[in-house]
Amino acid sequence: MWDFLIPLFAATVQSGTPILYATLGEMMTEKGGVLNLGVEGIMAVSALAAFWASFVTGSPWLGFLAGGFAGMVMASLHAFVCVSCLGNQVVSGLALTILGGGLTHFLGVPYVGLAAPGFDPFNFPLLSQIPFLGDIFFKHDMLVYVSFVIPVLFWFFFRRTSLGLHVAATGEMPAAAAAAGLKPIRLRYLAVIAGGFLVGLGGAYLSLAYTHLWTNGLSGGRGWIAVALVIFAFWRPGRAVVGAYLFGGVMAFQLRLQAAGTHLPSSLLLMLPYLLTILVLILSAWRGRRIDAPAALGTNIEPEG
Amino acid sequence: MLKIRKRDEPWKWGALVVFLGALLFSLVLSALLLKGQGKDALYGLTVLWQGSFGNVWSLEDVLLKAIPLFLCSLGVAVAFRMQIWNIGAEGQFALGAIGATWMALAFPGLPRFVLLPLMFVMAFILGGVWALIPAVLRLKLRVNEIISTLMLNYIAILLLDFLVFGVWKDPASYGFPMTPEFTEGAIIPGIAGSRVHWGIVFCVVVGIGLWAFMRFTRLGFELTASGEGARVARYAKIRYGMLVLLVMGLSGGFAGWAGCVETSAVLNRLQPSLMVGYGYTAIVVAWLARLEPLNIAFASFLLAALRVGVENMQLKLQIPAAFGTIMEGIILLTVLAGQFFLTYKLVRKPRQE
Repeated sequence: MWDFLIPLFAATVQSGTPILYATLGEMMTEKGGVLNLGVEGIMAVSALAAFWASFVTGSPWLGFLAGGFAGMVMASLHAFVCVSCLGNQVVSGLALTILGGGLTHFLGVPYVGLAAPGFDPFNFPLLSQIPFLGDIFFKHDMLVYVSFVIPVLFWFFFRRTSLGLHVAATGEMPAAAAAAGLKPIRLRYLAVIAGGFLVGLGGAYLSLAYTHLWTNGLSGGRGWIAVALVIFAFWRPGRAVVGAYLFGGVMAFQLRLQAAGTHLPSSLLLMLPYLLTILVLILSAWRGRRIDAPAALGTNIEPEG
Repeated sequence: MLKIRKRDEPWKWGALVVFLGALLFSLVLSALLLKGQGKDALYGLTVLWQGSFGNVWSLEDVLLKAIPLFLCSLGVAVAFRMQIWNIGAEGQFALGAIGATWMALAFPGLPRFVLLPLMFVMAFILGGVWALIPAVLRLKLRVNEIISTLMLNYIAILLLDFLVFGVWKDPASYGFPMTPEFTEGAIIPGIAGSRVHWGIVFCVVVGIGLWAFMRFTRLGFELTASGEGARVARYAKIRYGMLVLLVMGLSGGFAGWAGCVETSAVLNRLQPSLMVGYGYTAIVVAWLARLEPLNIAFASFLLAALRVGVENMQLKLQIPAAFGTIMEGIILLTVLAGQFFLTYKLVRKPRQE
């Protein structure tokens, strides 16, 4: 029993990690009042950028940063269109996903099937020796350990720093924030671009740790799952962790079933994460916590005059 | 210093200027992208143009691709008008194709005038039902329809895979995932021996029908009014829930028809290569056309031409088809940014304050 469960839980943590980065990234963006549906496209582009940088420089850490940077660049397009030009946030995000998918298929051609240096799992000193928990949480790659810290930093940023409170204020009432002497436009840019950075780290995880290879379609719907998880998590980092591992679990379980050679057709197994996303949305809607959404989410700040 | 000012009166021709500007901008960016890949950019754009409009063969191809795009975009636009974000045209398209195939395989012996209508009806029903799932979830539980329609796209495509790899697979296909070829009665014929089929006439009828419905019926008026939001609709004593169901059913049904037409007239069987992203391009088309049926016809033609032109580039310049997707993304982003100038203008602000 444990021989089956412990590797499954360990795989859960690994496949939940990119979703966790992306969910926190989208949550950061939405906290500032901007909906970014481009997560799927951003993840794809940053996965390619991370792969490319690691391939060229030989340093996976540079790759990781390049992934985050690519996420920032993509997100700043969204920020420009929505925050400065008052474009529709839903459509702009979709456009970003379309663009991102196209860019990776176009620019990634020379790298398909190639391998780049990535992150390998290692036993975290001391902690990996804890029974059960050590096997599940502390025999991974470095990026998983980084992902343990980020939700805490996220929480600290929004609860304990004034900048975090200012960002949240523009997500709630931009007009009031402006009246209080804050700069809502600037804060929104910050939220969108910082969020893009986090999403980009999630994309980088896919090409540098999840696989060390470049293939097309690496994001495989994870970006959309992340958007759904932000709702499920009621815009709280702690619940984002729970949600991300829930999906990681289903993905790991589904892969294991396929590898074990069940009689179920693989196309039906592959539906599981998408069905679960809908289920998760139903559950979170059923609990009726819509009040937790930033009040100004999705509405642009109209310039006066 | 420049300052933002609201326009006192709307900018005549502004929408067209923004649209053409976006097109031009995307062409320039794509040329740069080609150059970055070490290709001859000017030659590339010539190939793009010739591929789309160069000869009768490619024009036929453009019309063929414009048909499913037009039907999907009509569906998307109807929902968007009411601020229902149906991103699920891709999945509804797949379900339509499944419905049509189901009828074609179940009654292969029927004559065309019975079988084709059956296929269309079933495609509309399955596409519509697929869109009603997120509609009901939204009305009853306030589940975000953007994500549910998207997830249903993934599920629909996997369902299609499941069918063509499994129960519907042609035993004589040497292991390829495809159904047997349809019988004659299940195929929409070409017009006067050309490759362009009668689906195009169907599009014209559906387009005019929808336009008339929006323009002249009470329901159509209520629909546009509800675009202002559920609250406004309720004040105007409009049954908002009913309208959402109607709109989503129509929206999915149209996409389903597109799937039916494409399967029947172009592929003559169901196979995974049916899914080339018409449902996603439809979102671009609908938004570029500012949700107006007549504009949608024009924009579908244009984006179909882009697809055909890119296929030509693919052949002659050895670039992936994704090049077209990039251009679609750029055009849409630029139009979104450019629409700023429809409501606002930048004026010079005097230096002293």
